Amino acid sequence: MDNQFPSPAGSAELELCWERLARQQPQCGFGQLGICCRNCAMGPCRIDPFGEGPQLGVCGADADTITARNFLRMVAVGASAHSDHGRAVAETLIKVARKEAPGYQIRDEYKLVKLALELGLEPKNLTVEELALKVGQWAQNQFGQQEGELFFLRRAPLKRYDLWKKLGIVPRGIDREVVEALHRTHMGTDQEYHSLMSQASRCALSDGWGGSMIATELQDVLFGIPQPMVSQVNFQVLKKDTVNIIVHGHEPLLSEMIVVAAEEPDLIQKAREKGARGINIAGICCTANEILMRHGIPLMGNFLNQETAITTGAVDLMAVDIQCIMQSLPAIAACYHTKIVTTSDKARIPGAVHVQFTEETALEKARELVRQAIENFGQRKGKPVDLPGEEVDLVAGFSHETIAYLLGGMFRSSYRPLNDNIIGGRIRGVAGVVGCNNCKVEHDSGHLTVVKELVHNDVLVLQTGCSAIASARAGLLDPVKGLDYCGQGLREVCEAVGIPPVLHLGSCVDNSRILVAAAAVVREGGLGDDLSDLPVAGAAPEWMSEKAISIGQYFVASGVFTVFGVTFPVLGGRNLTHYLFHEVENELGGRWAFEPDPKKMAGLMLAHIDKQRKKLGIDKARERILFDMAMRREL
Amino acid sequence: MSKIIAAAAIRGAHEIVSEARKKWQQAMDKHGSGAEVGFPETAYYLPIIYGLSGLPVRKLADMEKVFAICERLLPEPVYQKVHLPYLGPVLDAGMATLFAEEMAEAITYLEHPDFYSPEEEAPEGKLWLGAASDIILRKRGIEFVDGTAPGFAAIVGAAPEEKIAARIAQELQEKNLYVFMCAGHQGTTFAEQLKAAGMQLGWPVRLVPFGPDISQAVFALGFAVRAAMSFGGIQPGEYRKILIYNKDRIFAFVIALGEVTDRWYANAAGAINFGFPTIADSDIPQILPTGVCTYEHVVSGVPHDQIVARAVEVRGLKVTVSKIPIPVPYGPAFEGERIRKEDLFVEAGGTKTLACEWTSSLPLNQVEDGRIEVIGPDLDSLPEGSQIPLATLVQVAGREMQEDFEPILERHIHDYLNYINGVMHIGQRDIVWLRISKKAREKGLLLKHLGVVLHAKYHEVFANILDKVQVKIYTEEAAVKQLVQQARAVWTKRDERLAGMTDEEVDTFYSCTLCQSFAPTHVCIVTPERTGLCGAFSWLDCRGSNRINPKGPNQPVKKGAVLNQKLGQFEGCNNFVRQASRGAIEKVSIYSLMVDPMTTCGCCECVAVVLPMCNGIMTVHRDYKGETPCGMKFTTLAGTIGGGRQTPGFLGHSKFNITQSKYLAAEGGIRRLVWMPKALKEEIMDRLKKRAAEIGLPDLPEKIADETVGVTEEAILPFLQEKKHPALEMEPIM
Repeated sequence: MDNQFPSPAGSAELELCWERLARQQPQCGFGQLGICCRNCAMGPCRIDPFGEGPQLGVCGADADTITARNFLRMVAVGASAHSDHGRAVAETLIKVARKEAPGYQIRDEYKLVKLALELGLEPKNLTVEELALKVGQWAQNQFGQQEGELFFLRRAPLKRYDLWKKLGIVPRGIDREVVEALHRTHMGTDQEYHSLMSQASRCALSDGWGGSMIATELQDVLFGIPQPMVSQVNFQVLKKDTVNIIVHGHEPLLSEMIVVAAEEPDLIQKAREKGARGINIAGICCTANEILMRHGIPLMGNFLNQETAITTGAVDLMAVDIQCIMQSLPAIAACYHTKIVTTSDKARIPGAVHVQFTEETALEKARELVRQAIENFGQRKGKPVDLPGEEVDLVAGFSHETIAYLLGGMFRSSYRPLNDNIIGGRIRGVAGVVGCNNCKVEHDSGHLTVVKELVHNDVLVLQTGCSAIASARAGLLDPVKGLDYCGQGLREVCEAVGIPPVLHLGSCVDNSRILVAAAAVVREGGLGDDLSDLPVAGAAPEWMSEKAISIGQYFVASGVFTVFGVTFPVLGGRNLTHYLFHEVENELGGRWAFEPDPKKMAGLMLAHIDKQRKKLGIDKARERILFDMAMRREL
Repeated sequence: MSKIIAAAAIRGAHEIVSEARKKWQQAMDKHGSGAEVGFPETAYYLPIIYGLSGLPVRKLADMEKVFAICERLLPEPVYQKVHLPYLGPVLDAGMATLFAEEMAEAITYLEHPDFYSPEEEAPEGKLWLGAASDIILRKRGIEFVDGTAPGFAAIVGAAPEEKIAARIAQELQEKNLYVFMCAGHQGTTFAEQLKAAGMQLGWPVRLVPFGPDISQAVFALGFAVRAAMSFGGIQPGEYRKILIYNKDRIFAFVIALGEVTDRWYANAAGAINFGFPTIADSDIPQILPTGVCTYEHVVSGVPHDQIVARAVEVRGLKVTVSKIPIPVPYGPAFEGERIRKEDLFVEAGGTKTLACEWTSSLPLNQVEDGRIEVIGPDLDSLPEGSQIPLATLVQVAGREMQEDFEPILERHIHDYLNYINGVMHIGQRDIVWLRISKKAREKGLLLKHLGVVLHAKYHEVFANILDKVQVKIYTEEAAVKQLVQQARAVWTKRDERLAGMTDEEVDTFYSCTLCQSFAPTHVCIVTPERTGLCGAFSWLDCRGSNRINPKGPNQPVKKGAVLNQKLGQFEGCNNFVRQASRGAIEKVSIYSLMVDPMTTCGCCECVAVVLPMCNGIMTVHRDYKGETPCGMKFTTLAGTIGGGRQTPGFLGHSKFNITQSKYLAAEGGIRRLVWMPKALKEEIMDRLKKRAAEIGLPDLPEKIADETVGVTEEAILPFLQEKKHPALEMEPIM
């Protein structure tokens, strides 16, 4: 797949991910089907998918066991990534509470108190710091907890929670489930694919309703609940005449400090002395989403833009932290003046400058990075800068809390209007379209085809991660232009509320916001009593990372129909595939599907939504109910 | 597109808040921060602010906090290019608008105390009524509770011409809705248009002119907020409950006539918070998706001849009005009409002539359904200004009909005739007084039509017990005389039967949960010796109503085992109340004010309160505005105990109940009564004397203090001691 995306002129001369993908062809068919096992030294083993060659590994493992173990390992890695992110936030909160993290503060006391009350803490006689310490330590314990169950599972509808209990997939502690997942995949351990999949559910739930949710909640406490705000996306958010810093990766911990540092007058003055108009920050991937949601910092682009961003010639410094960072960056940067700085001890890259970031020194390090960027601006002199495309406006900053406010104001905040309009049919259903970019798919086209098809059919779309950035770039997050893509019913609702048809809920850990919102919709009433009753569906049209598999699995385990594009990692295990695509629905109410054609993918989602509507009895137009006194008495 | 509405409403809200603030600052300079402010005769301060924020505004200085809330609520203007979501912010802007306007109106009351008339109808030369007092609220509130008024229309602006205004108003009246009016359009107002069209205005005819500006919309919404607090039992500050209560139970809507200005939009946004949609005649953008309101939020471009029907539909209201074939409009809204001497075409009764009304039952074969006879001259052969003898005899028959139902049916004649536009009816039996207006006569009204009305309404309301109804209307002196004599004999017999009934001789009481539409946990238990606290339902009424509508709000309650005879606790009653209040009330004493007293919906005619120092009990009725020895006015009392709560030491009851033998029986009956307003005492004096004599205390009425003696316990105690009030000698009440 070539890069069809408008890219800076310089990118054509370099070998980027698309060229590297081409060089990889043909890619390993066994790997693609998930039937290659290298879990022990008797292997590697592979199963012949055509049934002619070997059907068992040396140890006797069959295709279903091998694919299931590989799948479970993907879940475990994905869950680890999200959860370790959550742990880092909890650690920061604790350090802030102990006043060991200068520069940070607790920006949202309201959320802290709300959370504390939910946890059963008594906020009354505690200072903010004391309360934050308690909440932070509680969160830390969720990771290492050995027994009992994760707290946030109670946020799910009761029926769902009971189902998890009944199926024995209630996670005990976050780390414990990851460890057990890895243990089970060790040679000669769990060799029954149903059993492996139930651990996949338990491990994934410890991500969605555990690590990811902790990350989201505590980031809101530290940095504020996102509020809707206007921003921009595309190469044009980089400015020819400013110091441009790109933050890329996943955690907001460092980027928040860079935002603070970039606003300091002496650093701005320094930048001016170097001939720049100011200091400009733009983001890539989920770090971008985090600071967009809370500060309106513009989006440079998503995963597949990380290399091309450098080829604009306008990036003075790119600070990266963890996850989804290509090792190729320093090599590409070497062709330009751009400085690549790694900041996390967990994520080092040869050729990059490493500036170790800690909470204790965060602001100081952030200032150092800004200073380096300013210095580096001087190196840009005379070199060509190419910023293709146009700046596109967007509105982002939606969260569970803000959606309720937006639908009813301070006095009537609730999900009632959403439920009412779903029941009434103006909104056909709600879809979560999330996930990565994958260079096997034309950049963003998978996301955009699905999203456009959905909104055209009156489905309200909730997005996170790189998928949201794709929609932003296409104007779908613009509350005026976005309406052009809507069906009439959805359009009327969007116009009434003033929202775009696609709501950006944040980074990939913020998929937990979708879970909380869905639970709130169930609670609001009229759409069944479990998440699996809702007319909703999920999709990751351009997925590539193991985090996506973990997210998909926790959505399925939460009762949501979930479709993935590009490829699916267990296709070589026929029984497992059949189980995940069909039978699992009888247990969990949700299931997986795989459809590489995005248009068909949207069709599957719509068909599922319609099926759910029919089950709820809201598939037909309803008579207006007029109330007389007797009916009022019955209320 | 609703962005236009959002932008306009937010602009309007900013204007209104900043203007109100200016007005407040000027008032502070002029009157000082300690100057008292408030609406007349209310325990709810500025009711929207009090209800939704919990802040009582008593003085000008108190407004500072409220303005601070307004500032927090006021959103940024809507960006033109890429806007942020505006629905939530616009709703907040609407609230800021209402808060600001309510404060501005309070300042108007301070500076121009005579601008509004406090009465139910404005006197000659005045038009605007301003905020309703709590007395009006309770009196009218009952109509909202029992369904005689299913809701209200807030009309903003003015119609293109008087005729259209009159037609819209009349259509709303015929649908039994209240019409609240404010603001104007093109130099006139809806109220002025109705007046010019010759219509009577005021609370009695449900056409309420609040004021000439948009800011008087707060009087309509303030009425709604107070209804939620006084009938719904919701505490001030519980804003969500108050608003949801209004969305679910108060069927109100806004009709905007004329150009919708930024300020109108701001007020409409405020109303949407209550679930009250706006229906406009002009071509403004619409907001059709549902959610904050039950159905659409803004519907526009509705032609005047459809606007009422459309509004009712958009609000989700079912109004069932049977069309009665008479030449004048008909409905409860015309109940309060006055007919002055100069408008009079004919009158009967009222000490001027002999007149009576009588309903009696006959065997089925002796009644010809639908037969309406006028025996003697009808209006078309009478000269203007006549005074005529009149007897109305309604004869009914039905397989389910019983003699006991006759008085119930008969009492309804008053309502049914009063509902005729152009007919004024007062009294019952042989003390009726009927007036018919010239206008009604001009439209073709005849006495025959009174029969048409009674025939239609009896069939409509009492279908379960009646099969046939015929009406005879006599206007010849001799015939009327004869009929009155016949009827009197029947009435005497009836009264004797009723008066003799005791709780002990029946095994079944009746419930009344009519008010649960407003007060969901309230359950009345009506017994032969304890009529309903609203004064409208006796045990016989409830029994009749149950026969008429077996699934209705009056259900038989088997007394069951007597748990405590003195308190009047019965196993059957307790079980019923527990179930009907959905577990909120566990036990109820039918005869006690101190132990598990009955709940109150808020509709009670009187409230009795224990006075510990006097070892007695006082009672106060709704129309008494002054202070009482318990330290609270009636309205505060009703607000405190209303909404279906059980409050030991306080009891809602009817006026009639005071002289029934089981009144406060557990505490010693009327021997305990130490204070009541003079007017109430006078009203029930005959019966009070009789009851006092029955218990061997014929001079008790003189021993009961009233406001002329004092309005504190300290002030009345010496009086009681001097008069040797029996309560002082009784066992301690607490």
